[in-house]
Amino acid sequence: MTVGMSFNQLSEEEKMTHFLDRINAGEKIEPDDWMPEDYRLQLIRLISMHGISEIMGALPEKEWVPKAPSLHRKLAIMAKVQDEMGHGQLLLRVAEDLMAPLGKTRHDIMEDLFSGKLKFHNVFHMDAPTWGDAGIIAWLVDGAAIISQSMMLDSSYGPYARALKRICAEEVFHAQHGESIILAMAEGSPEQREMLQDALNRWWEALIMFFGPKSAKETGNSNADKNIMYKIRTKTNEDLRQEFFTKYIPRIWSLGLTIPDDTIRFDEESQMWIYRDADWSKFKQIVSGNGPQSQNRLDLRRRSYKNNEWVREALAAKKAI
Amino acid sequence: MTQETLKPQEKKALIELLYQLADDDFILSFRGSEWLGLAPHIEEDVAFSSISQDMMGHANLYYNLLEDLGEGEADKIAHLRTPDLFRNAIILEEVNGPGTYLKEPDYDWAFTVVRNYFYAVHKHIRLDSLRHSSYEPLAEAARKIMTEQYYHLMHWEVWFKQLMTSTDEAIQRMTTAIQKVWKDFGGVLTLGPYYEDIVKANLIDDEAVMKKRWNNKIEAVLKEVGANYPGEPRMERGNGRNGVHTDDLKQATSTLSEVYATNPSTGW
Repeated sequence: MTVGMSFNQLSEEEKMTHFLDRINAGEKIEPDDWMPEDYRLQLIRLISMHGISEIMGALPEKEWVPKAPSLHRKLAIMAKVQDEMGHGQLLLRVAEDLMAPLGKTRHDIMEDLFSGKLKFHNVFHMDAPTWGDAGIIAWLVDGAAIISQSMMLDSSYGPYARALKRICAEEVFHAQHGESIILAMAEGSPEQREMLQDALNRWWEALIMFFGPKSAKETGNSNADKNIMYKIRTKTNEDLRQEFFTKYIPRIWSLGLTIPDDTIRFDEESQMWIYRDADWSKFKQIVSGNGPQSQNRLDLRRRSYKNNEWVREALAAKKAI
Repeated sequence: MTQETLKPQEKKALIELLYQLADDDFILSFRGSEWLGLAPHIEEDVAFSSISQDMMGHANLYYNLLEDLGEGEADKIAHLRTPDLFRNAIILEEVNGPGTYLKEPDYDWAFTVVRNYFYAVHKHIRLDSLRHSSYEPLAEAARKIMTEQYYHLMHWEVWFKQLMTSTDEAIQRMTTAIQKVWKDFGGVLTLGPYYEDIVKANLIDDEAVMKKRWNNKIEAVLKEVGANYPGEPRMERGNGRNGVHTDDLKQATSTLSEVYATNPSTGW
């Protein structure tokens, strides 16, 4: 009798125990391995949201691609948005493999995005009205992304962990590109400094929201806890936010910028940053598609998807040459 | 030749040629970058944005050669010239379709494929000739650019052939796009008013020779996909090499310089 046959004879409960033993022992789960339905659904939810966020995330920066203020900056931001699109593609491929047994394809991902069923990251719903925003996005949004993605480098799902390894390596360059923009502006004219401070003011609350609420009670969502049990992730939202503060608050201050929260301070006793929490009802509104740019950016994608329908049909048709 | 051994007339011809090469890539790269997030599928978004980035890099190389020749800082050359000083061909500045890249873009993929494919074929022929340019820094730049451009040509050729041999709708859209591009593509194939000096200085092959190579290649490809060769491409709206341009270029240059022009003397 082969191992495979004996595994198939196990009860669902025994399979589950075996599965949890594997992930607790640090083993990686691969696409064709047995996995509980709930684990599969959690992964699909997380990875398709992550993938589509990378793709929607290229749009606010795209606004600044042609306008980047030197040839060097143009080249750098073009490279960056191309990377983001590449991350989106890589992640959607991982999600597609997970969805295949459910009879779903990329088309379903796009449809779910357009209908609002599939959400994308809160930060990509926001306005980016100046070049300062392009700098803050690359520096702090990508910086935040590195922190939350690095935690999942050891994710129990093998294909996701491997994709993240490549993504994180590239994100480090993005954050450096952002830091370089920020430094140039911080050392520049008074107008440039003002532009930078305004952008930081605009993005601060979105950055607090980036990591998600402290606990399920803010949004009634327990996905984070579930993902910790499945070893898809290893830290809580608050752990990540604190890490972000520790890394970036001193840097922001050293540039002479002001954080738009007069209560923020490091508490020696608890070894935690004390800060003004975000308005989580606003967060819910934003990710539900009611942020300042949610519908505009979705419209760009909806429109191009419709305009290019003939191209997809042409590609699917037989090839004569 | 090097910068030191150039005679004044040769230098003038070289500068004219470099503006054509730089502006062609700069402006078409801009049109490409407007497509980001709007391409027919995500894989194409990745590929196309990579091509646009490469082309911006090529423009940057040429602008730097101009800087070396005393034309001013590369960033100033790229961002502060008025449209009448641009030397790109008119068809390359044309908008991708109705709308803007930020609002209601109804971009035309068939036009984009045809324009980019025809341009890539010419760019390949042009680089092949520039590899032997008498001006060594230009020959060196061409050799470098060619390693990337090879893939651009392949990319657009695959799209062109596939769409030209697919559904009736695709063939019809592509045929309309070919007719549109044909009206002005002659502007890409010309070396402009200093053509004789450019050729005399052995900076690049004769325009007539390169034009013939382009026509032969496109005629063969059209035949392969069962389409008619419409005869020599025209230059209906004028010659961009003379500084003749449309309002589409104004929109392009004002977008490209929007931030830089607010304060060209500061670091960005």
